Amino acid sequence: MSEGVGVDLQDVWIKFGEFVAVRQANVNIKGGEFFSFLGPSGCGKTTILRAVSGFLEPSDGKILIGGNDMAGFGPNERPTALIFQNLALFPLMKVWENIAFSLEVKGASASERRKRADELLDMIALTGQGDKLPSELSGGQRQRVAIARALCAEPDVLLLDEPLSALDLKLRQHMRTELREIQKRVGITFIYITHDQGEALTMSDSVAVMKAGIIDQIADGKSIYDDPATAFVASFVGENNVFRGTVKKVTKDMAVISTNRTGDLRARIPASAQTKLSLGDQAMLFIRPEALDVTESKNKSDTRIKAKVHHSEFEGQGYNVFLEGSEGKEIKMSLTNRGETRMYDSGMELTLHYDANQAVALPAGELASE
Amino acid sequence: MGNGLLKDFFKRNGTVMGWFLIIAVTFWVVVLIILPQISMFDFSFRNHLPPPEMGGPKDVYTLKNYKYLIFGAEGNPDAYNKTDLAVFGKTLLAAAFVTILDLVLCYPIAYYLGQSRGGGLTRVLVLFLIIPYWINEILRAFAFRIIFGDSGVINEMMMFLGLIDSPIDFIRENVALYAGLGYAYILLMIFPMYNVIESLDRNQIEAARDMGASWVKIHRRIVIPYAKPGISSGCTMVFMLSAGALAAPQILGGPSSLWFTQIIYQWFNQGGNWPQGSAFAAVLLATCIFIVLAVMRIFKVNMGDIGK
Repeated sequence: MSEGVGVDLQDVWIKFGEFVAVRQANVNIKGGEFFSFLGPSGCGKTTILRAVSGFLEPSDGKILIGGNDMAGFGPNERPTALIFQNLALFPLMKVWENIAFSLEVKGASASERRKRADELLDMIALTGQGDKLPSELSGGQRQRVAIARALCAEPDVLLLDEPLSALDLKLRQHMRTELREIQKRVGITFIYITHDQGEALTMSDSVAVMKAGIIDQIADGKSIYDDPATAFVASFVGENNVFRGTVKKVTKDMAVISTNRTGDLRARIPASAQTKLSLGDQAMLFIRPEALDVTESKNKSDTRIKAKVHHSEFEGQGYNVFLEGSEGKEIKMSLTNRGETRMYDSGMELTLHYDANQAVALPAGELASE
Repeated sequence: MGNGLLKDFFKRNGTVMGWFLIIAVTFWVVVLIILPQISMFDFSFRNHLPPPEMGGPKDVYTLKNYKYLIFGAEGNPDAYNKTDLAVFGKTLLAAAFVTILDLVLCYPIAYYLGQSRGGGLTRVLVLFLIIPYWINEILRAFAFRIIFGDSGVINEMMMFLGLIDSPIDFIRENVALYAGLGYAYILLMIFPMYNVIESLDRNQIEAARDMGASWVKIHRRIVIPYAKPGISSGCTMVFMLSAGALAAPQILGGPSSLWFTQIIYQWFNQGGNWPQGSAFAAVLLATCIFIVLAVMRIFKVNMGDIGK
């Protein structure tokens, strides 16, 4: 199996009439990488995937696979294989015929096809299930058949369009691990489309976060989560408490934001946003629920927030405390369950504390709407 | 159990609707289908008698009407009833031809309609397909006669373009008949196929394309197997109706070509010999059903699929 073929998008624009689905996308996907496009529905991520697979041509810009310009090559001529959201298994063909369809297209003999299909069935742990129809398999098994069918064509790049979205939670989590393992085993480039940040963060080497046709940030999962480049990324990936305000003090990597309702708060400026904040600018400060804790100290500080408990939710591994700051500002705090009975009753007045390094200050921008 | 089923049926449909369904369906099946067919079948085994002798001593069951179709009238010098059997065979062949012609013509249209996701163009196309059916069948047949006539549009056009020197007799060559019959049943071929193809997931076609399949391969391996119930349903209807057509062969058939239904019609109408006509009709019906079942067996289609 060929290894490590990279995919490059150079200034790619995709328009449908007046509508701009993808705006000047520049992406460099390294060979053998598990790369995800993460974004809400309608952000253009599937459009990018269809352009890479060859089902549509970009209006402008270039798509390179392994350094070769793919302009004018149809989906059947590209070294890519696409796994559809609904899998698109052929319902009337047996499982092994499904898997070996790309060989059938190439004119391989039945015995050759059967042999290859059986090898792939072994790989996806479905040995001996080749003579069933897809409808006789479970959701997770069908999923694996779709992967085997795509891999049978020996593509350089495997494209996956939210293939796990139809599965239930448990299976989805299991398939994440399995997909990642398959990718490591075959060593080819995976491009994965999802709106599920959990999927993107757990599986990917790199994630591109998209919003309305624009790629906001490309980085590894941890950077996306810890150092969001824009307000959108900060609010879309994971949960965040947002405080709006203006920049009161700013150094290279720290800023104090004079927030509208909660007073002055201090936070780190992520590397990608440094130099983008100056005194007096509209800014947003993000504190993750898990970065907040309760302090006994009553002193005022720019990393402390006074709030009153509204209600608490117990979630097993932890609990969420929903609080009301000054002027009704909603704040969420997540505490890990370490066994001690530390529940907060409604109406309790608390002082919350956070580490300024775990909060980020970013230029004001559009937030992800839930 | 049966009682519960009935109760359930009324609960689901309401009392009024439930009774309507039961009465209407029973009336439809028993009075309009089973009884007339049984009486025709009964007729086919009787002697042709003047009314006063009906129910008399001569009114006994006989196979002579069927014998006539196979061996001809008594004193026939040939071993078989060559004339009628030849027409019978020709009718079935021609009906099969019309069916295949319609299938070839309609499959691409059904595929296009089914996969185009109902845009404005699709709706216009469907309308264009339906509008001609508002026109009376006989009128349509006569219109074809005019188009295919010696001085019809087609001959005039071809002569104008210099393709031919003298008009082609489309009527004598039965071209007009095949065209007319094919045209008459186009919708019956398109809609069953369209219904099935419409539910075919477009991703399957794209997946096949992605794996390098040619269009021929895609149709052969994915679309056609999927559309098989629609194809067989369309073919069954077109074949049955073509074999049983009367107006089109009457109007568009060449002078030398007779459709089997025309012979049946003659027995009933001109000959006034209902038993003989019934026997011919029964043979036609039985043969058509047999052919359809045989073809379905060959192509592995279930009866249940056709109803889809």
